[in-house]
Amino acid sequence: MSTDAASLEFRDVVKRYPGADENAVDELSLELPAGEICVLVGPSGCGKTTAMRMVNRMIDITTGDILLDGRSVTERKAADLRRDIGYVIQQIGLFPHRTIADNIATVPRLLGWDKQRVSERIDELLDLIGLGSEMRDRYPAQLSGGQRQRVGVARALAADPPLMLMDEPFGAIDPINRERLQNEFLRLQAELRKTIVFVTHDIDEAIKMGDRIAVLRKGGRLAQYASPAELLMFPADPFVEDFVGADRALKRLALQRVRDIELWNGALCRVGEETSAVRARLAEADLEFPLLVDGQGRPKGWLSERGLSGERVREDIRSRAEPVLDLDDILRDALSDLLSTETMYGPVVDAEGTVRGVLSLRAIANALNIAPEEVPSSAELASGALTQ
Amino acid sequence: MIVASLFAQAPQVPEGFFTQRDPDDLSCVAENGFCPGWIVENFERYVDPFFEHVYLVAVSVAIGFAIAFCLGLLAHRQRWLTGPLIGATAALYTIPSIALFLLLLPITGRGNTTAIIALVAYTQLIIFRNMVNGLRNVPADAVDAAAGMGLTPTQTLLRVEVPMALPEILAGLRIAASTTVGLATLAFFAGAGGLGAQIDAQINFKSNVVVAGGLAVVLAAALDLLVLGMQRALMPWRRAAPA
Repeated sequence: MSTDAASLEFRDVVKRYPGADENAVDELSLELPAGEICVLVGPSGCGKTTAMRMVNRMIDITTGDILLDGRSVTERKAADLRRDIGYVIQQIGLFPHRTIADNIATVPRLLGWDKQRVSERIDELLDLIGLGSEMRDRYPAQLSGGQRQRVGVARALAADPPLMLMDEPFGAIDPINRERLQNEFLRLQAELRKTIVFVTHDIDEAIKMGDRIAVLRKGGRLAQYASPAELLMFPADPFVEDFVGADRALKRLALQRVRDIELWNGALCRVGEETSAVRARLAEADLEFPLLVDGQGRPKGWLSERGLSGERVREDIRSRAEPVLDLDDILRDALSDLLSTETMYGPVVDAEGTVRGVLSLRAIANALNIAPEEVPSSAELASGALTQ
Repeated sequence: MIVASLFAQAPQVPEGFFTQRDPDDLSCVAENGFCPGWIVENFERYVDPFFEHVYLVAVSVAIGFAIAFCLGLLAHRQRWLTGPLIGATAALYTIPSIALFLLLLPITGRGNTTAIIALVAYTQLIIFRNMVNGLRNVPADAVDAAAGMGLTPTQTLLRVEVPMALPEILAGLRIAASTTVGLATLAFFAGAGGLGAQIDAQINFKSNVVVAGGLAVVLAAALDLLVLGMQRALMPWRRAAPA
């Protein structure tokens, strides 16, 4: 259903407002491959919104150029250019005097789509954002903040633009709903694969939403342009280091799932097995405690010394195998589970509940040493979850 | 003839007013009271002045609205014009109405044209100011979103800004309509007819003044309801229940 996404390139882009002493955006150069989310992040006054608004020429470029699929944005009439670029702003800017359907239909109608096609597209988009078709004839004032935000996204997607600009799109939403909208949007993006320029002042949102993050500092200078993992592991300078925060190691863990890291080998044993075989396995294992599992390989608990004292394994558990972690758990959540049950190890199970390995605090520490290219972005995590 | 002699004692009621032979009404008119019987009998004489009045008001408000609306759009595009235009329309508004009717007489002559020019002048300040304020109060985010989605400035103005400014624009129209109904009662100074001419004709006869004046009030109220109805019809989103 999607038209192809477009690549985007900033080439030595400068914005200087008349009468200003300093550039608002200074020699900004960055490339964004088609289908990726680029987050522009930085403190207020760093020119991130200005940089974004130059893409659809809501603000004129002073010098330099912005290329959309290799073609300068200044080549076309501004209004034509903008109809090809989705636009979502923090205040949403729904038209209060138009119904939800009419709001969504704005750009398709500007493009002269026929009625039938517009109407079908409205239904398709309402479905996509999870609103019922009974919402068609409501007015924005009758919707909740979260619903309005979804409609804003649907309206921006209406003509299936190859590029979307989003300026703090979830900034005015309460934290619980913001998280939900972010996740929804990542799932949507996994499907749509648009090229997206996303502006935020919130580094956590940037890490969550971005395939690439451009950190800007005052005066519109690019401090670093990197993947979330690289930004967290190798901040380019003290400014970026300070901006990403002291908990950057923990933030990195939010980008990985348990299945992404090397798990420890545990010695599994079943009731009635020969203890000598279990002892042999223990010598090979990364962990000195055998894990008792049931017939289906599901964890029952850590076996005590007494359980191994006879010829055959007896059911004698030292402690229950808690927490039981899932391969799909986010690593940060898994760590939190370990810490909150005051333990160093936890068995990891797959979707069937079968033990696939053991997660230990040390395995997590090792995970922080893997190369940033191997750490996926949240957007990739979301698309991975979708394909499973 | 008996009737004529009766009238001789009540000189404030001109000849020909009396058409009824009910003695109660006779004495009511003679005493210059409020005479329902007389009113019913003579209502016909108010019909033409009433419609003249409606005509004056409708034409003046329509022309006035058209001019002020265009001035409002112009001032929205050329911000610097707002101040001078408010000054000019306010200056028009402060000219005493009778003076304006009389001032125009030598130029445009007696009749409806003169009256309408003056009445149009008085609508300008209210409609223009409301229009400018209405457009200025349109939320910036809606205008930004409109431009960002590729509406041209004219499309943004006509499809987003004007509709969103309608409540204030129509509020201005309501006030202008009511004011014009009142001012039009002075239009007879310019030689136009209307309810004012009828009041003036028998200004000392209470029943006459009450009926003619009352019709003006009814007209003002009716116009108010009409604009209110337009408001409801044009702005369904204002009635939609909030979440």
